[in-house]
Amino acid sequence: MKYLFIKMLALTALLVGSTYAATAQDFRPVLLYDIGGKFDKSFNEAAFRGAERFNTDTGIEFRDFEPNSETQYEQALKRFARRRADLIVAVGVGYAVAVRNVAQRYPDVKFTVIDAVIDLPNVQSVTFKENEGSFLVGMIAGMATKSGKVGFIGGMDIPLIRRFQVGYDQGVRFVRDDIEFIENYVGTTPSAWNDPIKAAEMAKSQYARGVDIIFSAAGPSGLGVINAAKDSNALAIGVDSNQNHVQPGFVLTSMLKRVDLAVEQAMQQAKNGTWAPGHVVMGLPEGGVDYALDEYNASLITDEMKQRLEEARAKIISGEIAVADVEGSNEGH
Amino acid sequence: MSAVPAKLPGAVEAVLMPFLNIMVALFVSGLVVWGLGEDPFFALSLLIEGAFGYEEAIGYTFYYATNFIFTGLAVSVAFHAGHFNIGGEGQAMLGGLGLTLAVLWLGDTAPVLSIFLAIIGAAVFGAAWAFIPAWLQAKRGSHIVITTIMFNFIASAFLAYLLVGPLQRPGGQMPESSDFPDGTGLMQFHEVLEMVGIRFEQSPLNASFLIALMAAFGVWFLLTRTRFGYEMRVAGKNAHAAAFAGVSVSRVTIIALMLSGALAGMMGLNELLGEQLRLIGNFTLGYGFVGIAVAFMGRNHPLGIVLAAVLFGVLYQGGAELAFEMPNITRDLIVVIQGLVILFAGAMPHLLRKPVALLYARMARKGAV
Repeated sequence: MKYLFIKMLALTALLVGSTYAATAQDFRPVLLYDIGGKFDKSFNEAAFRGAERFNTDTGIEFRDFEPNSETQYEQALKRFARRRADLIVAVGVGYAVAVRNVAQRYPDVKFTVIDAVIDLPNVQSVTFKENEGSFLVGMIAGMATKSGKVGFIGGMDIPLIRRFQVGYDQGVRFVRDDIEFIENYVGTTPSAWNDPIKAAEMAKSQYARGVDIIFSAAGPSGLGVINAAKDSNALAIGVDSNQNHVQPGFVLTSMLKRVDLAVEQAMQQAKNGTWAPGHVVMGLPEGGVDYALDEYNASLITDEMKQRLEEARAKIISGEIAVADVEGSNEGH
Repeated sequence: MSAVPAKLPGAVEAVLMPFLNIMVALFVSGLVVWGLGEDPFFALSLLIEGAFGYEEAIGYTFYYATNFIFTGLAVSVAFHAGHFNIGGEGQAMLGGLGLTLAVLWLGDTAPVLSIFLAIIGAAVFGAAWAFIPAWLQAKRGSHIVITTIMFNFIASAFLAYLLVGPLQRPGGQMPESSDFPDGTGLMQFHEVLEMVGIRFEQSPLNASFLIALMAAFGVWFLLTRTRFGYEMRVAGKNAHAAAFAGVSVSRVTIIALMLSGALAGMMGLNELLGEQLRLIGNFTLGYGFVGIAVAFMGRNHPLGIVLAAVLFGVLYQGGAELAFEMPNITRDLIVVIQGLVILFAGAMPHLLRKPVALLYARMARKGAV
């Protein structure tokens, strides 16, 4: 009796499983987030928005997955590759080794990896010039600071995040060279992305030391910095997504890293057949990075500031201003 | 009501009761799934399909089960000696470090030798990590629960330090080591089957599953067939009586906990030497804690632990597939389902005992007539 029950169960499972597969659509894109999780109001959410836009434009559903630890990167990639997904977009430098391993094993599946560079015939690598965008928000911080002290809080202490810091620092000094600069990092492991409490403590201590503007490049941890800005009646600068709305009036601007564009483009290209492996760099000229301006921070950014920013932008694009970079920012393997 | 027999026959106790408990847990999980607006029967079929539906799924199920056999045995060995080792997580991390050092040290020159050294290294490092709390418990009376849980944090911080420092992969940004040299992994299950001419889909199931089964047998042998195992069980039941009978309780405590640490440490064989082929920070993923549930569900018997480990393997693998297939069911809900199984089958095993005993008594009476 029990045996029969199990047999029936297995049979229904099989039937249900096969009908499910048959109704699946032709083009199957997959989006894999980093540890921070889908709705982090920052890096991962930008990726999600890009995929959503693709979905609205084309009506094609996408699958997504949030790993809860770095060990799941490879497992998730394999799982979707095995199901013959057409394109797997993995966001985050942490995926570097995992994508390399899985892409070698599934040469027919296309992979787009964001923030890491992997040289394989079925992998497209998209990296950003975070230092250029950070330069612009650094200029804003330099022009807006009243105390003459600005801070930086990074998530995980890796070259990629050091790149934000270097550009930011240079931008601040481009405006004023008498500014004191304080930096902190939340941690050295991926859990540093997900620790808003510790980030908030660091921010409060920086504000207590006289800093009045903090730029946080720390994914979800950065939300702690923005909340600390409100508590201390100071200013924060958001990152990746436009975070101006998170605490209106307390977010000076946000350094936009257009992960959404990268994700949307990769999916569109894969669908149209124009997807190509190789390395795509998204800097200021490509619109890959920028500073955010909307109704929430309109009163904080003056016309004079905008004018100076536009001049600097033109100089960066023309090569007149060279923004420093950090060696090895997109390496991971 | 007074006629309820205190003891049920062995088969009812060992097979029927756990089965009923799991059914109750699944029923409650089904209600939760139903409450989320999904079809619970479809969800269950996805779970079973995901765990056993195809060769690779079976491989994954037993791959997870291997972790749980190691950590479950670890908890159980300590428990037989009367101690609650909840440091399996930290001991597994150190075990992973031990095997990584062995492989990175000798992997290039003598791959086969390095694998054997890695197996020993995993056990020795795990045991060494358990030794300190064990010694503190035996000689100083520091409570093992407190010390082992503290040692988990120390192990995790230590591993993070090594993986962003001396052991980090050159040029890498994540806390992970270099790849193990070629040829230093444990044999994959499908490779073994291929040698005897059977084709099996590629999966992470590897030789450490056999090591786990051997460990389970070894634990059974130690507990029931050796003098030391007897001393352990006596010390676990009543330390004063054991001391009175001439057993050195502190010696038994230290050795039992080190054995426990060694078993937990060997979990890394499956995760690192079997599949990831590099040391990753945080690779233990809470398996050390799940080992507690596995040990109690398996009633601290090695065979029971193997079965409970397979059940948890099903929940992990089937649950992950379920989360992939049904977007409404998030990774958190899978944890809820696992928690319900632990609750009903591990923590409240006697929930259905009385009704079953009554029913059994009635049937037995009828049978007698």
